[in-house]
Amino acid sequence: MKLNRENKLLIGLCTAAAILIAKLFSIQILDDKYKLSAENNTMVYSTIYPTRGVIHDRNGNILVGNKVAYDLLVTPKEVEAFDTLALCKVLDITPEFVKDKMKEYYNNRRRIGYQSVVMIKQLPPETYMKFAEVAYKFPGFRGQARSTREYPYNAGGNLLGYVSEVNAKYIENHPGEYKSGDYAGMTGIEAAREKELRGEKGYNIWLRNSRNKIESRYRDGEMDKEAIPGNDITTTIDAKLQNYGQMLMNNKVGSLVAIEPSTGEILTLVSSPGIDVDQLANIGQHYKEISTDPYKPMFNRAVQASYPPGSVFKLVNGLIGLEEGVVSTNTLYPCSMGYHFGKNKLGCHAHKSPINFEESIMMSCNAYYCYILRDLLENKKYGSIDEAMDKWNEYVKSFGFGQKLGSDFPSELGGFIPDSKYYNRVYRKGGWKATTVISLSIGQGEIGCTPLHLANLCATIANRGFYYTPHIIKDSEHVTIDPKYKEKNYTMVDTTHFPKVVGGMYRAVNSGYGSGGTASVAAVKGLDICGKTGTAQNPHGHDHSVFICFAPRDNPKIAVAAYVENGGFGATWAAPIASLLTEMYLNGEISDERRYLEERILNGNLLDRVKVK
Amino acid sequence: MRDAGGHRGRGLAKTIDWSLVICWLVLILIGWANIYASVHATEEGSIFDFASRSGKQFVWMISALGIAGLILFVIPPRIYEGASLPIYLFVIGLLVAVIFLGIEVKGSRSWFAFGPIRFQPAEISKISTSLMLAAVMSQLGYRIGRMKDFLITALIILLPMLIIVGQSETGSALVYVGFIFMLYREGLSGWLIFIIGMAILLFILTLTASPFTACLVLVSVASLCICLYSGRFKWWLIICVPLIVLFAFLPDIFSSLAGVAESAVEGEELMVRRPIFTKIKPLYVLLGLTLLSMPFIAFQAFRERNMFTHLALISTIAGIALVFSVDFLFNDVLQDHQRKRIEVLLGMKEDPSGVGYNVNQSMIAIGSGGLTGKGYLHGTQTTYGFVPEQSTDFIFCTVGEEWGFIGSAFVILLYVFLIWRIIKDAERSREAFTRIYGYCVACCIFMHLFINIGMTIGLMPVIGIPLPFVSYGGSSLWGFTALLFIFIALDRNERKYF
Repeated sequence: MKLNRENKLLIGLCTAAAILIAKLFSIQILDDKYKLSAENNTMVYSTIYPTRGVIHDRNGNILVGNKVAYDLLVTPKEVEAFDTLALCKVLDITPEFVKDKMKEYYNNRRRIGYQSVVMIKQLPPETYMKFAEVAYKFPGFRGQARSTREYPYNAGGNLLGYVSEVNAKYIENHPGEYKSGDYAGMTGIEAAREKELRGEKGYNIWLRNSRNKIESRYRDGEMDKEAIPGNDITTTIDAKLQNYGQMLMNNKVGSLVAIEPSTGEILTLVSSPGIDVDQLANIGQHYKEISTDPYKPMFNRAVQASYPPGSVFKLVNGLIGLEEGVVSTNTLYPCSMGYHFGKNKLGCHAHKSPINFEESIMMSCNAYYCYILRDLLENKKYGSIDEAMDKWNEYVKSFGFGQKLGSDFPSELGGFIPDSKYYNRVYRKGGWKATTVISLSIGQGEIGCTPLHLANLCATIANRGFYYTPHIIKDSEHVTIDPKYKEKNYTMVDTTHFPKVVGGMYRAVNSGYGSGGTASVAAVKGLDICGKTGTAQNPHGHDHSVFICFAPRDNPKIAVAAYVENGGFGATWAAPIASLLTEMYLNGEISDERRYLEERILNGNLLDRVKVK
Repeated sequence: MRDAGGHRGRGLAKTIDWSLVICWLVLILIGWANIYASVHATEEGSIFDFASRSGKQFVWMISALGIAGLILFVIPPRIYEGASLPIYLFVIGLLVAVIFLGIEVKGSRSWFAFGPIRFQPAEISKISTSLMLAAVMSQLGYRIGRMKDFLITALIILLPMLIIVGQSETGSALVYVGFIFMLYREGLSGWLIFIIGMAILLFILTLTASPFTACLVLVSVASLCICLYSGRFKWWLIICVPLIVLFAFLPDIFSSLAGVAESAVEGEELMVRRPIFTKIKPLYVLLGLTLLSMPFIAFQAFRERNMFTHLALISTIAGIALVFSVDFLFNDVLQDHQRKRIEVLLGMKEDPSGVGYNVNQSMIAIGSGGLTGKGYLHGTQTTYGFVPEQSTDFIFCTVGEEWGFIGSAFVILLYVFLIWRIIKDAERSREAFTRIYGYCVACCIFMHLFINIGMTIGLMPVIGIPLPFVSYGGSSLWGFTALLFIFIALDRNERKYF
C-alpha cells in the first residue's frame, strides 16, 4: 500500500478507533473497579453532610457550635403498607400530616422516581432514637444525621445570623454550589463567612439489589467521599461582654458598640431589640414572628440606622476647629443660655460663662460650638462658604463618617454628611449661610451616622488621631483577614490636637457632681473613663440619649458608644449603660457603689416611649 | 430516471452507495432503541408514545427519512456548488441572529424556538461550511500553499467557529478543528498538524507537569527536527542528547544543592551561597541556553539557505511563549466550567460529586456492562437515572451498559466503516468538489465520534456534543442526515455516468 495522504488519514482513523476500543476494553473487561455484582445491583448515594465550622469568640469560647439532629427521609418507591398510627405516635405527628405527605409524593412520583425525599426536618435525637427502635416496621423510611446550630451564650443573635435551607432562588444565584436540601448562612457572620464555614459534602455509595434492598457498601467504600468539615472562625466578639451588653440594652431600643481601639476589633455589637439565639436555632418557626415584630429585631441598628449624633459630634467640630486654627485651648466664649444670632437663638443649659475649650467639652456648651462652626464656615481662607463647607465635609469624612467604614460586617450602611452641593439643592446657591446650618455644630440637622461610626470616633480619639477599620473576624488557623484591617487610618486633624479633646472628655466624667461636668454618672473609681454625652433632639418624641467613652485615659482598652432611642439626656441612660459595659470589661464586675445604677438600667423599660408603626 | 440534461444515467440500485445508507439506517435504529432504553423507566408508555423521547425521536427519524429522500431524488445535486455561497452567508446570518433572537438553553444562546420545535443553526452550519469549503477549494488554480488561498480557507472555517464560540457553545466549535484533516488531504503541510499537536501537548504538559518539562520537551523535539532535516542526526546524538539528559536532572540537582546550601547556612561563612540555588530556576537556565544558541543556528541556516531551520526556530520561540501564556489562557480565557472539566480530565483535581460526577457515573455505567452487557432494557445505572443527559450527549452509556464491550465496539466499528467508506468514495470521485465535501463530512463525523465517546469513557473533557445519528434530538439528526445524504447524492451523480 502506498503511503499517500489518503492512507495516512485512514491509518489515523483506525488508530483513533483503536484508542477508543482499547479504553473500552480496559474499563469494561480488564478493570473491575467499575463492575457491579452479577445481580445487577445499582448504587445508592447517601449524602454525608459536613459539620459546619464553629464560631468562636475572642477568648476561645464557642459562640456557635453544632449539635446533631436527624432528618427523616422517605423513599416512596420502597414504602410498603405500614401502621400510620404507630408512626405518628413515635414521631409525634398527626395522621393527616402523613396522609398529605404520601399524597404529595404520589402526585410527584415521576419527578421523585427512585430518590429519597425529606419528610421531617431536624428531629431531636430523643425522637429519632424512638423511631430507630421500630424503624424495621417502616420500610422506606430512614433517618439521616445532620448537624444543626447550637448557641451556648445568648450573645450576638443579629451578629451571628442564621442558617437555613437554601431555596430555589439561592441555588440559582450560586450555580453549581448548592442542591436543594443544603443549608447555608443567610445573614450576619454565617452569611459573610459561608465559604469558610460550610465545608464540603461527601457521600457513601451503597448497593441496592434487584429487590430494592440496600445490601452492602460499593467496593467497601473505596469510591466514597468523606465530608470535609467547615473551617472554624474566630470573631473579635467577647461573648460575656456581648451578653452583658444585651442585658443592659434589654427593653430599650438602640444600640451599644464597643471597640478595642488598639486593633479596631469589635468587642460588642448590640442592636436592641435583637434576635434571640433561641430563635436563631429554629429560624423557620420564628421567622414570621421576628419579621412582623413592630420593633424590627432584624434591623441591625448598630450598622444600619442613621441617627443624629447630637453633642457627641462637638468633639469632631472642636478638633476641626483646632486644626483650622479658629479656636485654641485658651479661647474663651461667653454663653448666655445659648447662642444668639439675629432674632434667633440656639439654646443651651445653665453653666458658668465664659468657658475655655476643655470646659466646653466638659459642660457640653452649645454656644461655644456655634462660634467654632461659624468661624469655620466664614473662614476668609476659603473663597466662599461652599468651599468652606466642602472642606468641613472632607474633615468629617476623614473620621469615617458619611460613608461605609468598610467593616467585614455585611449590610453596613454609610449614614450622611452634607456638603455645599446638598445645601445648594435645598436652599439654592447663595441662599444659605453659616447660621442656616448652625445646628451642624452640635450634631443636629442633616447629619446621620450609625452607632458604629460613633464607636469608631471614640476609638479614634482614644488612639489620639487614628483608627483601625472596625472588624469582627480575627485571624485564625484557616482564616486570614484583609490586610486593610491592620492599617492605621489617620484623620485630617493633626494628632497633637487630640490630647486637648481627651482632657475635656476626662473632665466631663471625673469632675464630680456640681462641677458642671455632664457625665459624672459614668465615673468609675480607678478606671479614668473619658466620655462625652449627647442628647439628640427628636421632633417625634423623647430625645435620644447618646454617650461615647473610652478607658483608661492612657493606653485605652475599650471604646464604647451607646445610643438609646427616646432615652432623654445622654447622662440618663446612655452614659450609665456605656460606663457599666466599660467597667464590666475592665474590672470583670460591677463595684458595690454602682450596683444601684446597674439595677436601674437592667430593669429600665423604655419600649413604651418608642413609637412604632 | 432522467436528469435535467436528458441523458439517461445508470439505475438507482447501482448508483447509490447503499452501504452508506444501510449504515445510516442501522445507526439511527440503534439510537432509537437506546433512547427508549434510557428513558423507559422514567417516562411511561411504549416506544411509540409521542409524549416520551423515544416517541419524539421516531417522528424525527421519519422526517429525517423524508429529508434523505428529498436530497436524493428531488434536489438536483449540481446546484450545490453554485448555491454554496448564498447558503453559507445565510447560515452565518442565522448564527448571528440566534445570539439575539434565540432562547437560552443551559447558559448558551444557540437555539431558535418556533413553538414546540427547537432548532440549532450550528447543526446546519457544518453543512454550509463544508459546501463552501468544497466550492472554494475545487476552483481551478486553487493552491492551499498560496498564502491568499490559505487565508480564505481559514476564514471560511474560522468565521462560523468564532460565532459559535460567541454563543458559548465551545464544544460545537471544536468540531471545526477537524477540517484540518481535510486540509491535510488537500495538500496542507503536515507540519501544521504537527505544530498544533505539539501546542496541545505543551499545554497539557505545562498544566500537569511543569513549564520546565514542557520547555525541555519542546527544545528536544525542535532540535531533533532541525538536526534530522539538515542531516546532522549524529550531532544531535552527540551534543543534544547528553544536554537534554543533563537538563532532565537539573531540577533535582538544584534542589539537592539548595538543600546542601541550606544545611550549610548554619555554618555562617557559607551564607552567601544560598541565594544562588534558590533564586535561579532551572527553567531560566534552559531558556537562557536555548536563546543563546539560537543566533548561531540561525546564522548557520542562513549560510546554508535553510528555510526550514528558521521556521523551526520561530516555532520554538512561539512554543515557549505558549508555555508562559498557558497560565493566562487557562485561568482567564477559559470559562469556569470548561476549566473544571479539563482539570478533572487531567487528574489535577478530583471532583467525583461535581464535574467529575458525570464522567465517573458514565464510566461506571459503561464499565459495568462487561463483555456482553446486561441485556437490552436491563441496564441499571442508566435506567435509574444516575447518568445525566443520558439520551442526548451520554447515550453511549446505555450502549456500553446494556450491550457491553461487544456492542460498543460494534458501534465504533460501524462508524469507522462509515467514515472509511466516505473517504473511499470521495477519493474515487472525479470532481474535486465531491471529494472535498466528502472529506468534510468524514471529518465532522469523526470529530463528533471521537469527542463524544472519548468523553463518556474519560478520554476527553466533558464537551456537550451529540453522537451523530444516535443521540436524541431532531436538530442534530436532521443536520447529520442532510450532511451525509448530500454527499451520497453528489457521489451518485458521478456514478451515473462512470
